[in-house]
Amino acid sequence: MLRMMLLAAVACLLLLPATIAHAQEEEGGEAIRGTIVQRPEEGDPVPVPGVDITVSTADGEEVGTVTTTEDGSYALELPGPGDYSATLVAETLPEDVQLTDPDRATLEFTIRPGQSRPLLYPLGEAESAGGRFAAFMSRALQLAVEGIKFGLIIAMTAVGLSLIFGTTGLVNFAHGELVTFGAIAAWVVNVTLGVHFFLATIIAIAIGAVAGGLLDRGLWAPLRRRGTGLIAMLVISIGLSIFLRYTFLYFFGGRTRPYGQYAVQRAIEIGPIGIAPKDIVAIVLSLLVLGGVGLVLQRTKIGKAMRAVADNRDLAESSGINVERVILFVWMFGGGLATLGGVMLGLGEQVSWQMGFQLLLLMFAGVTLGGLGTAYGALLGSLVVGLFIQLSTLVISPELKNVGALLVLILILLVRPQGILGQAERIG
Amino acid sequence: MNWEFIVGRSLASAFGADAAVFALAAIGLNLHFGYTGLLNFGQVGFMALGAYGISVTVATLGFSLWWGLALGAALSVTLALLLGLPTLRLRADYLAIVTIAASEIVRFVARSVSMREITGGSFGLSDFADEFYAINPFPGGSYGLGLVQYSARGFWVITVGWTLVALLALMTYVLMHSPWGRVLRSIREDEDAARSLGKNVYSYKMQSLVVGGLIGTLAGVMYAISQQSVQPDTYSTPVTFYAYAIIILGGTARVFGPVLGSMIFWALLSFTDTALRQAVAAGYIPTAIMDGTQVGQMRFILLGLGLMLLMIFRPQGILGDRKEIALDAH
Repeated sequence: MLRMMLLAAVACLLLLPATIAHAQEEEGGEAIRGTIVQRPEEGDPVPVPGVDITVSTADGEEVGTVTTTEDGSYALELPGPGDYSATLVAETLPEDVQLTDPDRATLEFTIRPGQSRPLLYPLGEAESAGGRFAAFMSRALQLAVEGIKFGLIIAMTAVGLSLIFGTTGLVNFAHGELVTFGAIAAWVVNVTLGVHFFLATIIAIAIGAVAGGLLDRGLWAPLRRRGTGLIAMLVISIGLSIFLRYTFLYFFGGRTRPYGQYAVQRAIEIGPIGIAPKDIVAIVLSLLVLGGVGLVLQRTKIGKAMRAVADNRDLAESSGINVERVILFVWMFGGGLATLGGVMLGLGEQVSWQMGFQLLLLMFAGVTLGGLGTAYGALLGSLVVGLFIQLSTLVISPELKNVGALLVLILILLVRPQGILGQAERIG
Repeated sequence: MNWEFIVGRSLASAFGADAAVFALAAIGLNLHFGYTGLLNFGQVGFMALGAYGISVTVATLGFSLWWGLALGAALSVTLALLLGLPTLRLRADYLAIVTIAASEIVRFVARSVSMREITGGSFGLSDFADEFYAINPFPGGSYGLGLVQYSARGFWVITVGWTLVALLALMTYVLMHSPWGRVLRSIREDEDAARSLGKNVYSYKMQSLVVGGLIGTLAGVMYAISQQSVQPDTYSTPVTFYAYAIIILGGTARVFGPVLGSMIFWALLSFTDTALRQAVAAGYIPTAIMDGTQVGQMRFILLGLGLMLLMIFRPQGILGDRKEIALDAH
């Protein structure tokens, strides 16, 4: 009985569109239309007359050819609704004009009953070989600058990840959530409380550092005292990551949100590249901060202690270093840096609930590349990853750029598993 | 609050297709993590290969579903070898990072525009499992007991799914009581000891990775069949974490750990979901605190919290033995 009713319902659903389609079919008028124009960099678009466009059905049967008129327009009646493909005959274009994307000379499309569909063929000026090379170089330069900026952001977040691993042995899968937390904290202070972006960032860094410290004191330090194993802690960090990420989603929502200031900026031209002032500030600031991190690690007592604990915990402890205190500092340090990285990422791409998680694998790639557990290795590795990701889009499609970075991570492990600056002994 | 409905839903989930699929994935992962001590965080990558193996074979290439199984298996073995070669000689956490990266690579490639002709891009593929449903021996109607009812199609998927679970659980039992299984466990306990007894540790780890990965592939195949569609974003990292939560809940390195874990996991998930939804609908929870979309997010918050608490307070899960888990490996 139920089955019969279902069948009847399905039949109704199937018939409904058919009747509607029938009503429209009587109107006829299926066609393609459009205008072929060339848009020079300056000035008005110029119509291109005398260009042939050939239309075929999906089965390859030719429907007809239409030639553009004096004003560059064309229109062709089609026999009925269905799948078609239209090819712009490149040989009929004037010599100084070409398709901006030669692969899109043939367009495939579906015509609904009664539809008169416009087709788009973007045209540009034909380039000489020398011009193409110059364009390639300026694009490479532009991508290199973006790569450095992205690499610096990864580096800032990865230093903490690497130091935490070095001092405690924990592979912290929840490190991305520290990044998100920092970015969201800055957003709340900036947008909800109305504090200016710069001040909000400084406040957020303090909040991020405290959050890092609280995580250590509240969760990881007690677990270390209980003697919880490293793999158990790794799984706990995954649980923490899921918990925090969806808590952010719960309260912050799924939309991406911009900061109150500097969200949109016009790029300024420097030679062949265009860069927004905020990106220049971000790059300079990250270089200063990372230089500062280097100084802290190299010159101050706590920095030396951090490196000592990362290098050999037992030796450090027996030479009188308070290891637990050092680890607390590492967590606060990592939390603050992750926040700054998150804010810079949010400035470029807006704040979202999973921005840190999306960065996590790239952090791992940078840290592994540089050498797990070393601070300077993380810096170097992250820069390489950032540059690689952006520059790879010269040859591969941008949506696959992270794939390239992750493949390199796997290859590096094949050739030099200890990373660029790591020591061979610690990976056994 | 309709308690009968809530309990019915939870029970239906405990024995449903998803529970069977995740039990399969977790059985494979249990071989890696539980018995061999390998930190595979890319189990979902193996599942994706199984799912795309059959869907691409049928929907894109037009061959029979059964060839798709072979394609999925071949792809999985290749992936396992690719992953294992560089990392199995290294410390455990390297495998973790590389496997999670590999599973994301599979997803990114499958959803890319350049693969749209083959994998359907971000839309995925659908309607490729007709051959499976054509051999459904159950005539139409509804099957089940009391509150728990499944359609004929659903019941066929469930029957096959749980049969596979039973067979593979049996296989795990036999394997783990064989010399091969004992070597795996000795590797988990002490690699150097196993090596000093003349065992080729690297080769055993690789075999474990391949076999567990193949079981994951089978899980992916069943998942794709039960949904009659694949979408790349279904196969993202949280799925692997589900499987971890399941084996830790049920009991790591226990034959029935993944099975029991999966049933309880899905029952709990379904219970909180329907109960919260009804509580919101009935106004017990004001919408200012939680609305309809937030209910769906709540399950992940609870999942994360549950995984943490379980690992901290009862890492051996329900069936496990604390001495049998490789949690202190380094």
